[in-house]
Amino acid sequence: MTIKEIQNEIVEEFSMFDDWMQRYEYMIELGKSLPLIEEKYKTDDNIIKGCQSKVWVHAELKDDKLVFTADSEAIITKGIIAILIRAFSNQRPRDIIEADTQFIDDIGLKEHLSPTRANGLVSMIKQLKLYAVAYQTQLG
Amino acid sequence: MFVWVLNCNMIATSLDVAVIRKDFPILKRKVNGYPLIYLDNAATSQTPKQVIDVIVDYYSNYNANIHRGVHALSQEATDRYEQARHKIQKHFNAAKPHEIIFTSGTTHSINLVANGFTTLLNKGDELLVSAMEHHSNIVPWQMLCERTGAILKVIPMNLEGELIMADYHSLLSPKTKLVFCNHVSNALGTINPIEEIIEAAHRVGSAVLIDGAQAAAHIKPDLRKLDVDFYTVSAHKICGPTGVGMLYGKEAWLNKLPPYQGGGEMIAEVSFEKTTYADLPHKFEAGTPNICGGIAFGAALDYMNQIGFDAIASYEHELLVYATEQLSQIKGLKIYGTAVHKTSVISFNIEGLHPYDIGTILDKLGIAVRTGHHCAQPIMDFYKIPGTVRASFSFYNTKKEIDVLVNGIKKAQSMLQ
Repeated sequence: MTIKEIQNEIVEEFSMFDDWMQRYEYMIELGKSLPLIEEKYKTDDNIIKGCQSKVWVHAELKDDKLVFTADSEAIITKGIIAILIRAFSNQRPRDIIEADTQFIDDIGLKEHLSPTRANGLVSMIKQLKLYAVAYQTQLG
Repeated sequence: MFVWVLNCNMIATSLDVAVIRKDFPILKRKVNGYPLIYLDNAATSQTPKQVIDVIVDYYSNYNANIHRGVHALSQEATDRYEQARHKIQKHFNAAKPHEIIFTSGTTHSINLVANGFTTLLNKGDELLVSAMEHHSNIVPWQMLCERTGAILKVIPMNLEGELIMADYHSLLSPKTKLVFCNHVSNALGTINPIEEIIEAAHRVGSAVLIDGAQAAAHIKPDLRKLDVDFYTVSAHKICGPTGVGMLYGKEAWLNKLPPYQGGGEMIAEVSFEKTTYADLPHKFEAGTPNICGGIAFGAALDYMNQIGFDAIASYEHELLVYATEQLSQIKGLKIYGTAVHKTSVISFNIEGLHPYDIGTILDKLGIAVRTGHHCAQPIMDFYKIPGTVRASFSFYNTKKEIDVLVNGIKKAQSMLQ
């Protein structure tokens, strides 16, 4: 599936909910399915800055595709990363670089995209894209 | 605006919260579809209509640059600004109006003093800081130590969040040149024994700066009686606007400190060869000040004095006791900061949950609390936690709001666990 197709799928899933509480509960559930980062990668270098809770992200290239694993101390943050990683993981670096994040807005989590918010979602997206840029350079 | 409930001894014992709440327009708004419950008062207090009106009146009727203006508006604005200084002097019982320096707030005030001490310290001199300071009362002094070679020593605290006074006394020595400590801790609510701190520091010849940012909304300190050398306040924490505050300094100390910033207002004579500085308080007030802010600061003190600090303290204590009781009943909830003397601030965590998650769910329910390290990372390191959820109550909060908070936390707990 392309990033866009996955994003549309996520938007559709979230459209089933009537209120914020159900959306958050679903997001928390998704957080539990987050592909967890290996303990050895939970280093200070892999911490994303700008988060009130610690967030670690690791990326590696598998068959020309970038695979992300992550973790966070906070459950809601974990849910947000799970949504992002579902859309961006197992994709070609070039596609990740070009992808937009409008779908976060569409699923009613716009407030988490504000650059002033302390959850660091904006830094998180930037970090995923930076990894993509780095690996794209490596691929040539 | 306020109603006294008098007992037979004619002592004010209570205040009418329903009437007071009408003074605060913001309390009528909704957040995320729920009525706003504002419990982040330790970060900033809300502004009553009486203060908002003063701000609107200033810009509508007499906005002008102050001091040295010959025209009517300038003189009117100058008079009101200087009246505000007198109000602040009277409120805090400073000996002289020029001992009140208008600043942009506590951080500015502390930096002003820390900068001034650069020329007064020698290598090896010692500065004592309490273990429960926020970053504004740590970093400027660390920078001062870097400039001068002075040494920063920490007055430790116990698990309840109280300073260990025996350790304080043994840290004091003739090498001690400055002691700085908050009157009330922002993260824990502890009211520190500043009388004892000041007296003991003076016995070894040290100066004392007390950061009153968190105290001024709950306590009316008598600065002359305290005999403190410096005291700092931010207006926005006591129903005033942001961007304005004060530094109180004893006249002798303020005369000893060099100017902090150069510019207009702070000079007597300027030539390219030499500049002489203006007298107090102008020596420390370079540039056009926050005129409207200063006037509104005075209006905020008027407002709070009309309600009365005794009534405020007794009502807030009632809220603190009630909230502590109610919150303690929540399974897994732990309160940080259980000092005997504390203001209406409750910092807590819930076992297995991150403060950020709790704060996010509470926000969705229209409840404003603060989460994180509260700009006091050393305190969080002391307790070995990443942060806390902090609910801080003001005289316009109600027990009913505390009930909504408790239910909100239970809701968050059920969603997150």
